[in-house]
Amino acid sequence: MGKYLVISEVRDGELRNVSFENIAAARQIDENSEVVAAVLGDGDLESLGQELIQYGADRAVVVQHENLKNYTSDGYVQAAMAVIEQEDPDGIVMGHTSEGKDLSPRIASKLDSGLISDVTEIEGSGDDVKFIRPIYSGKAFEKKVITNGKTFITIRPNNIAPLEKDESRSGDVQKVEVDVQNLRTVIKEVIRKASEGVDLSEANIIVAGGRGVKSAEGFDPLYELADVLGGAVGASRGAADAGYCDYSLQIGQTGKVVTPDLYIAVGISGAIQHLAGMSNSKVIVAINKDPEANIFNVADYGIVGDLFDVVPALTEEIKALKG
Amino acid sequence: MNIYVLMKKTFDTEEKIQINGGKIDTDGAEFIINPYDEYAIEEAIKVRDEHGGEVTVVTIGDEDSESQLRTALAMGADKAVLINTEDDIEEGDQVTTTRILEAYFEDKEVDLILAGNVAIDEASGQVGPRLAAKLDIPYVTTITSLEIDGDTVKIDKDVEGDVEKVETSLPLLVTCQQGLNEPRYPSLPGIMKAKKKPLEELEIDDLDLDEDDVEAATETVEVFLPPEKEAGKVLEGETDEQVKELISLLKTEAKVL
Repeated sequence: MGKYLVISEVRDGELRNVSFENIAAARQIDENSEVVAAVLGDGDLESLGQELIQYGADRAVVVQHENLKNYTSDGYVQAAMAVIEQEDPDGIVMGHTSEGKDLSPRIASKLDSGLISDVTEIEGSGDDVKFIRPIYSGKAFEKKVITNGKTFITIRPNNIAPLEKDESRSGDVQKVEVDVQNLRTVIKEVIRKASEGVDLSEANIIVAGGRGVKSAEGFDPLYELADVLGGAVGASRGAADAGYCDYSLQIGQTGKVVTPDLYIAVGISGAIQHLAGMSNSKVIVAINKDPEANIFNVADYGIVGDLFDVVPALTEEIKALKG
Repeated sequence: MNIYVLMKKTFDTEEKIQINGGKIDTDGAEFIINPYDEYAIEEAIKVRDEHGGEVTVVTIGDEDSESQLRTALAMGADKAVLINTEDDIEEGDQVTTTRILEAYFEDKEVDLILAGNVAIDEASGQVGPRLAAKLDIPYVTTITSLEIDGDTVKIDKDVEGDVEKVETSLPLLVTCQQGLNEPRYPSLPGIMKAKKKPLEELEIDDLDLDEDDVEAATETVEVFLPPEKEAGKVLEGETDEQVKELISLLKTEAKVL
């Protein structure tokens, strides 16, 4: 029986969804394995450990230290390595998030291990497991296998469904003491700029604006639509370059690659670089006044019209629907 | 200051991807400097202009990588290094790349290493942090601002849209995010000068490595294209009719609402 360590992620005292997806991924790699969930941070982590068990982990280990309040590579690598040394897992799963992207290569480097990043699908299991990940921003995919060392992967949020929560499940939550010291990078301040609510990379619904939105204020109706849908707002490079929104909203070959259930492209022409970032969304809606716009070639549903009429109408209709 | 940039060439973002014989077809494709590495080169030049020193751009690639190195030199980098693995390495991964770079940096005095936060082809984003770990220097990924004062470094780091104000010190490795700067275009005099700037070519043998030392830990067994999307349905009628039909389709046909 193998053992998999899933390294969870905490934001504002709560587990991010990808932490639960990690557990499902580990189970998929080897359904008979023991899944150990690690939580690193500050504050009350034991209840989070219990929650991870309810989502399918067998047991949890928590490392609590004041120097783990904010994520730093130096702090978290000390905590993670202490857990890895204690557990000696056959495989490690983390989220391909800002934190996971920063930490996983360092752990892999320390372990002299391979690492398959940004996995969107797991095929097969046990010795035959293969990991599918997008390359060229989703213009193509590759299937990879581990040939040497630990099965170490990061998974893209929102692609591997978490297991159902089972409140009757219980397990052992162990505290591991680590003296986290010598942080060479210090976080002086965190400025919250990201749109409140749903994170772009985890959003099930995205409303994205392009040059057609024409101004920063032009994004307002998009925010209203995203709000009633419980989604997030994104943008094309054109809109970000024009200064209508922050670069952090940019979707495309440079920028984020997203795969929501519903992608509503508003005033986006559909340059190949943008399509690379969103064309693997499950359902695509395009709203554009130019019937020749390339975005209509990838859209499931298209509306040719003025976005400033269509988007507010859509918002009102959905509001009415949701009562 | 000894400033190094890790650079990779990538497919031009305009390129369509095609597969031939189970591999990505590179025949006739245009290659460019990985867009995120351009931010790294630009920032390196700015740091040198402010604090003095020398910018060396390092790439692992093949003979054709010289073209992107010359572009970096034309932008203003001082020296270029091509570690040519064409004859030695069939399939490498991030373990391979890191070993080679680690060997290259073994005898170098480093103040600052800059890299792109990801390459837009394989997009693993691993090599920067992996190398920093091997060299035992701190690193900060996805930076959008860099300010150096003596040994103290102040950085803005993009964290999924939020900004972290980070303080650290040299020597340091950073990976660059969009928004850090506007990479310059090479000027004509820059292009002329670049032809005379030093470009050193190495093979792994020169770094006392052989194939076994740089063996990959992962392997790509298949490359495939996503299913072609068929153009969908353009909705007819007045705005309110279109909107009503769209919502009904999203509910009943697509089942996403």
